[in-house]
Amino acid sequence: MKPSRTAAAVAAAALAAVGLAACSDDEPDDGRTHITVTIDAGLEQAAIDAFNARIDQFEEAHPDIAVETQEYTWTAGTFTAQLAGGTLPDVFVVPFTDGRGLIERGQIADIGDLTAELPYRDQYNPNIAAAGEDAEGDLWAVPIAAYGQGLHYNRTLFEAAGLDPDAPPTTWDEIQAAAKTITEETGEAGYAVMTNDNTGGWILTTVVNALGGRTEADGKATIDTPAMREALTRLQAMRWDDQSMGDDFLYDWATINQAFASGRIGMYVSGGGNYGNLFTQNALNPDDYGLTVLPLAEGPDSGVLGGGTLAAVSPSAEADEQAAAVEWIDFYYMEKLTDQAAAVADAEVKAETDQPVGAPELPVFDKATYDEQQSWIAEFVNVPVDQMAPYTSQVFDQPLLTEPVHATQEVYAVLDTVVQTILTEEGADIDALLAQAQTDAQAAIDAAA
Amino acid sequence: MTSTDTRPAGVTGVRGGAPPPPPPRTRRRGGRAPGGRPALVFLAPMLIVFGVFSWLPIGRAVVMSFQRTNLVADPVWVGFANFQQVFADPQLWTAVQNTGYFAVLALLFGYPIPLVAAILMSEVRRMRGLFSALAYLPVVVPPVVAVLLWKIFYDAGEEGVFNTVLGWAGIGPVAWLQDADVVMPALVLEATWAGAGGTIIIYLAALTGVDPSLYEAAEIDGAGVWHKLWHITLPQLRGILLITFILQIIGTAQVFLEPFLFTDGGPANRTLTLLLLIYRYAFTNSLGGDYGAAAALSLLLALVLTAFSMLYFRLTRSWSGS
Repeated sequence: MKPSRTAAAVAAAALAAVGLAACSDDEPDDGRTHITVTIDAGLEQAAIDAFNARIDQFEEAHPDIAVETQEYTWTAGTFTAQLAGGTLPDVFVVPFTDGRGLIERGQIADIGDLTAELPYRDQYNPNIAAAGEDAEGDLWAVPIAAYGQGLHYNRTLFEAAGLDPDAPPTTWDEIQAAAKTITEETGEAGYAVMTNDNTGGWILTTVVNALGGRTEADGKATIDTPAMREALTRLQAMRWDDQSMGDDFLYDWATINQAFASGRIGMYVSGGGNYGNLFTQNALNPDDYGLTVLPLAEGPDSGVLGGGTLAAVSPSAEADEQAAAVEWIDFYYMEKLTDQAAAVADAEVKAETDQPVGAPELPVFDKATYDEQQSWIAEFVNVPVDQMAPYTSQVFDQPLLTEPVHATQEVYAVLDTVVQTILTEEGADIDALLAQAQTDAQAAIDAAA
Repeated sequence: MTSTDTRPAGVTGVRGGAPPPPPPRTRRRGGRAPGGRPALVFLAPMLIVFGVFSWLPIGRAVVMSFQRTNLVADPVWVGFANFQQVFADPQLWTAVQNTGYFAVLALLFGYPIPLVAAILMSEVRRMRGLFSALAYLPVVVPPVVAVLLWKIFYDAGEEGVFNTVLGWAGIGPVAWLQDADVVMPALVLEATWAGAGGTIIIYLAALTGVDPSLYEAAEIDGAGVWHKLWHITLPQLRGILLITFILQIIGTAQVFLEPFLFTDGGPANRTLTLLLLIYRYAFTNSLGGDYGAAAALSLLLALVLTAFSMLYFRLTRSWSGS
C-alpha cells in the first residue's frame, strides 16, 4: 500500500499546484493591448449595458485595444489596500486631495508625456489642473470633474418650519437661526455635520475657509485661528444651546446622505454635485431637495472649498497599457466635456437609465466651455435645476479654494476628533482642543514631509 | 494531567474509579516521525497552504515592522523607528486604555453571563434544545448584520428601540453611541450578546460531563443550590473556565469589529482600540498607509499577548490540574 499512498499524495499535491497555476491571469495573446477600466459598483443592468456599449464603441475606434471592466468605488480604506495589493484597475479615479501625494510617492504611472498630447491640455483651469500635476507641471492624473462645497437643505422641512425654501440662509447667523427653527417646529435636526472617517475635518476646513481661515499655510498647520474658533464656537452653540443638531454625531459621508435623504436633517454641508448620490443611492425625493452656496465672510481670504475627481493610471501598467489607458480616459471621461456628439450620447444614456443629468459641477476648463457643454445636454436635464438655482447662480462667482496639500487626510482625522468632542462633550474646552489639534496636525505634516 | 489538558478535573476519576495511568511517552530515536514519508507527503499541501497564507504573512509583517514602505515603492530599513513612532503616538495610550476598559467590562459582564446561562439551561428539563438554539442564534447572525441591527436599536432619538423601551419607564433617551460615558458599555453589551452563544455551548457540553452522583451526594448532605454551584459545578468546570478566560482576554485585546462598525473609534477616540489604531495606521490615509507602524504595533500586541498567555498558564498550572 505504501507506494500507492505516496502516489496518491503526490497526485494530490500536483493537483493543488495545477489549481494554483490556473489562478494566474495572463493576458490572452491576441496582439491587442489589454486594459482594465473602472466601472461604478452596484449599477443597474441598464447602466452596465450602456457602459459596455461605450466600450464597444471604443474598441471599434481602437481595434488594437481590448477593454475589460472592474468594479471600483473609491474609499480611503479600500483604495489603500488595492494600491498596496496591486489590484487596482489600469484606469481608476481618485479625489483631487490624493493627486499630489500619489504623484510625489510614485504610486501612479507617469503619463505626463501622453497627457501633454491631449488637445485640451492647455485649456484646463490652472487651479484644477494643479491637482494632477507634478512639481514640473506634468499632468500625471487627468481632472475629469470638479465641484464646490454647498449647503444642501430640505425644502419640505423648511416649509414645515415656516421658512421660505426659495430664500435659503445667506449668512451663518441665518443658518443657525433656521436650524433652531427647524428643530423647534419639526423635531428633526436643523443642521448636521459629518464627523467620521476624516469627513469631520473636511467639513470643518470648508467652514473655516468660508470664514476666511486656513488650516495650513506654507507647510505649517494653522489650526488655532480666529476663523477656527468662530466655527467651533458656533457649532458648540448650535449643539448645546440651540439643541438644533439632532442626536447623531457620528455621521460619515454615506450615513449623512442617508439621513438627509430620509428627511431627518434640515441642512448640511457637502459637495455641490452630491445630488447624484442622494437620488440614486438614497432614494431622495427630488421635491425635498434644495441647494445653495455657503455664506462667505467679508474679506479677501474667504472662499469655497473645492474638490474634484482625477483619472489616473496604475503604476504597474506597461507603456502600451499606459497609452491605451490615456486613450480611454480621453474617450470616456473627457469627450463628453469637449465634444457635442459625445456629450449628447452620454446624457441620453443617463436619462434613459434614470440617472441624474445636470447636477451642478464646476468647470474643469473655463466657464464658457462648461456653459457650451451644458447647452448641448439641456434637453436631457432631469434634476430639479430651479431648486438648485441659489447655488448655480452664485457659485461661479465664489473664490474657489483647494484642499490643504500636506498630510490632508491625517489633518482631517485630527480635526474629526475636535468636532466629535465639541458635539459630544458639553462645555468642551475649545482652547485646549485647538492647542492639542495644532500639535497633532503639525506632527502629521512633519511626518508626511 | 498536563496544563494543556482541558478536561474538567476529576471527571474521569469519579466515573471510572482510579484513572488509568497515561501511556508512557516514548521518544523515537533517529528522528523518523510516525507514518514516515507518506505522512509527510500528505501533510505537505496543508503545510504549504498554511505556510503561504499564515506563516509567510506573519513573517512578512515582522520584517515590515522594521521598514518604511507603502508597498509600491521599494521599502527602506528604518530599524526601530516604527516602534519609536508607535510609542510616541499619544493615541497608543488612548487605545491601550480603551482596550483595557473594553476587556474589563467584557470580563465583568461577558464572562459570567454565558456561565450563568449555561448552568440555568442545564437545569432545564424540557426544551433545552430550544434554549440552546436561541442562545446560539446570535452566533450564526453575520457580525456585520448584527452590528447594523444594533445600530438601529441604539438610535439616540426617542424613537430608538432601546430608548422607546426605556421611555416606558420614564428613563432616557440615552445617547448610546454618542455619549462618551455610555458608548463602551454599549459596545460590550452587543459583543456579549453576539459572542455568548458559543461559550454557552462549550459550558453546556462541559456540564454534561459533571457526574450527577456528586450532586446527589451533596443533596444528601443537605447542600443547597449555591453550595452545589460553588463546591461542585465551578470546580468541575475550572479547566474550561481557565481556557475561556484566556481566550476572552485574547479576544477582547483584539476587539475591532464593534468599534469599527459602530463608532469608527468615536466619539472623540473614546472607542479607539488597539486593532482600530493598527487599521488606522495602515488604511486611514488613502495615499498609502503607514504599514511599518501598523506592523510594529501588531507585533507588539502579539508579543504582549504571548507573554501574558505564557504567564497565565504558568500561574494557573496548579489550578487546572486534577
